[in-house]
Amino acid sequence: MSEYRVEMTGIGKSFGGVNALKDVSFRVRPGRIHALVGENGAGKSTLMKILSGAYSKDAGWIKIDGKEVSIPNPHTGRKLGIAIIYQEFALAPDLTVAENIYLDHLGSKKGFINRSRLYRDADELINSIGFEINPRSTVGDLTVAYQQVVEITKALSEKAKILILDEPTSVLAPRETERLFEVLRRLKQQDVSIIYISHRLDEIFRIADVITVIKDGVVTGSVGPAEVSTDDVISMMIGRKLAAMFPKRDCAIGDELFCVENLTKGKEVRNFSFSVRAGQVLGIAGLVGAGRTETMRAIFGADPKDTGTITLDGRPLKINSPTDAVKAGIGFVPEDRKEQGTILSMSVRKNVTMPSLSERFSGFGFIKQAAEKKNTKKLIEKLAIKTSSTETDVADLSGGNQQKVVLAKWLGTDCRVIILDEPTRGVDVGAKVEIYNLINELAADGLAIIVISSEMTEIIGICDRVLVMRAGCVQGVLEKDELTEENIMNLAIVKQPAYAL
Amino acid sequence: MNKIAKAVNLLLKYNTIVIFVALLIASSFASDVFFSQRNIFNLLRQMAGIGAVSMGMLLVILTAGIDLSVGSISALASVLVAYFLLPDSVVPMPLFASVICTIIIGVLLGSSSGFLVANRRIAPFVATLALMTIARGLAFIISKGRPILLTEAGEPLKNFGSDYWLGIPQPVFVMFLIFVIVFVLLRYTVFGRLVIAIGSNETAVRLSGIRVAVYKFGVYCISGGFAVVAGIISTARTGVGSAVVNPGMELDAIAAVVIGGASLSGGKGTALNTLLGVFILGMIGNIMNLKNVPGYSQQVIKGLIIIFAVLLQGIRSRSEAAKTS
Repeated sequence: MSEYRVEMTGIGKSFGGVNALKDVSFRVRPGRIHALVGENGAGKSTLMKILSGAYSKDAGWIKIDGKEVSIPNPHTGRKLGIAIIYQEFALAPDLTVAENIYLDHLGSKKGFINRSRLYRDADELINSIGFEINPRSTVGDLTVAYQQVVEITKALSEKAKILILDEPTSVLAPRETERLFEVLRRLKQQDVSIIYISHRLDEIFRIADVITVIKDGVVTGSVGPAEVSTDDVISMMIGRKLAAMFPKRDCAIGDELFCVENLTKGKEVRNFSFSVRAGQVLGIAGLVGAGRTETMRAIFGADPKDTGTITLDGRPLKINSPTDAVKAGIGFVPEDRKEQGTILSMSVRKNVTMPSLSERFSGFGFIKQAAEKKNTKKLIEKLAIKTSSTETDVADLSGGNQQKVVLAKWLGTDCRVIILDEPTRGVDVGAKVEIYNLINELAADGLAIIVISSEMTEIIGICDRVLVMRAGCVQGVLEKDELTEENIMNLAIVKQPAYAL
Repeated sequence: MNKIAKAVNLLLKYNTIVIFVALLIASSFASDVFFSQRNIFNLLRQMAGIGAVSMGMLLVILTAGIDLSVGSISALASVLVAYFLLPDSVVPMPLFASVICTIIIGVLLGSSSGFLVANRRIAPFVATLALMTIARGLAFIISKGRPILLTEAGEPLKNFGSDYWLGIPQPVFVMFLIFVIVFVLLRYTVFGRLVIAIGSNETAVRLSGIRVAVYKFGVYCISGGFAVVAGIISTARTGVGSAVVNPGMELDAIAAVVIGGASLSGGKGTALNTLLGVFILGMIGNIMNLKNVPGYSQQVIKGLIIIFAVLLQGIRSRSEAAKTS
């Protein structure tokens, strides 16, 4: 019997030239709860996807119980006893609890389902982790917490020895979290290894036996919770020098231009207010799921909002759709450029002129193609978009150049406020700097700019002022001289138990 | 070797034209009357209605929608245009007014589909399925299930069905006119550009501040209007308004659009290729008629040719995907 249940050694993984993981080694003992923490995009999920078989690794090897294994797909992963539970559950809401638990091995060999046995088995399994759920009830009718229990039971039904939980408590109320911890402790006694990914350091310190910190695809250390404080862990997660990536901006900041007050949208955005001045870059920081994108989409009219007033230049705006927003002079660069920002199968020209087509490039419904082409050429030059011509399909451009195309769309309009959601995600360093330069130029032109970013260094490097969000609320506002990773993290992470939920 | 690969690529790229030309050559060998003026005009005249409907269907399919109501709307139009001329109709009217009213009613039915799809977000298949049943039902109610003979006032319409203009049958002229309209629409107008864009990535278009619903609504109106044209052509050719004309026309139109290389998931397809798709379907039927292939076998062969054409397009899109990745 090996000392470790899981041994991952020298794991490397890159996506299109970007190193997501570099020489990562990660070991978990049997019957331990092992926490994995790090910033958004640090590589936690990538590492776990490699372990569960969802991604293939570029380098390194994996041993389970001392035996080297290859996990080419999730099916193999499950056979090896590795179960992963994502934030979004993979349950069939219309089936019963028992059917969900035994979904992959429902029937006997003859293809028929023995229901009474199915229910009996499910009942026993649920009881074994200290819960009472009627195996006949429909999963969609259960609370989120119970659905999670069903997910865990499902993993156990497949004889999982290694259970990976990705942000398991983000959907739970405090009391439900306690129940989950009870389950996890029970599983620990049953010698299951648990890998626990979470941003909530307070929980990690209560439940974990070991904490491993990942930063920028590298493991920065494994510690026991007794040896360190939360502040130590935070500085292991961040704490690096600002690269000289961020060009200086010295344009004058003007008057208040764009103002949002008491914006509310269900539970995702609550009573959100802020204002931006002309020539100012406002950053919106926070963890994934804090409601940043939801807020901006509600402002832009992409999703309906419950309440809230939006004013531009002191004039109140009525925004019920993106069309209203664009007419009012707001531009929006969405976080997912392939799904939301561009039309991949269309040319650079057709993409770039999309928002301004009927206003600037048409007469009597006909497109003025010559003017369109001339304008596109100008924008290609201005933004240094690397494309062979105006007629190249956007699909054939690199990620950074695609992102520039999305920016170019708004440069062609008369917008006065521009919202950038993760403008440099998946973009190489060179293009990043060019995008930062562009942001500076826009600010110098007197636009108000709002940037959502999960990259701490970026937020600190390019913003004049940063708003930190958590659970749909503004947790705090940091001015330029207060911008440090610690300050942002302190606001973004729940250190105290989350009773506010 | 490289040259062969290039040639194959070229053939795949223009596969609709290739199929069309191949079929043309095969037809001329199969029957010596195929290229006779009589047969060609006959063929074109048969295709006029389906050609018009396919152009509307193309616009709808480009937005990733589908319009199942066109066959029924054309039947309703066929009935209405004859019915309005009857002295005992609810509102007897002259021919010109009858045509206009019929077109308006067709567009209104199309706009109902458009409203349900664009504003109420009902799946296009379901919305137009409902309209299909409604329109066919109305056609039977108004005609009381009997064919309505064109009255004397409808003489000009009959003439339109049989007369020539510049040596071309007039209904064929109408089809080409509609083709040119759609061709121009897709190539040179804001409307066409955005219709294609919506089918390619609706979210991106919406987030660019464009009122997607307006364009989606628009294509169903146009499709309804073109269906009316097909119905009126049918009445003009036969001299009778009938509720049973053009059964399954929507499926033929979809087939023509698909043979023309359009994708049912939207964003891909051209007016010219769709027209070729219509010709291909028409020619298959025509040549089999000339060779006295029994009707039931014709259906099987038509189905097989559709599968073949679409498979060929599959090869093409896969080879393109391999190129980009």
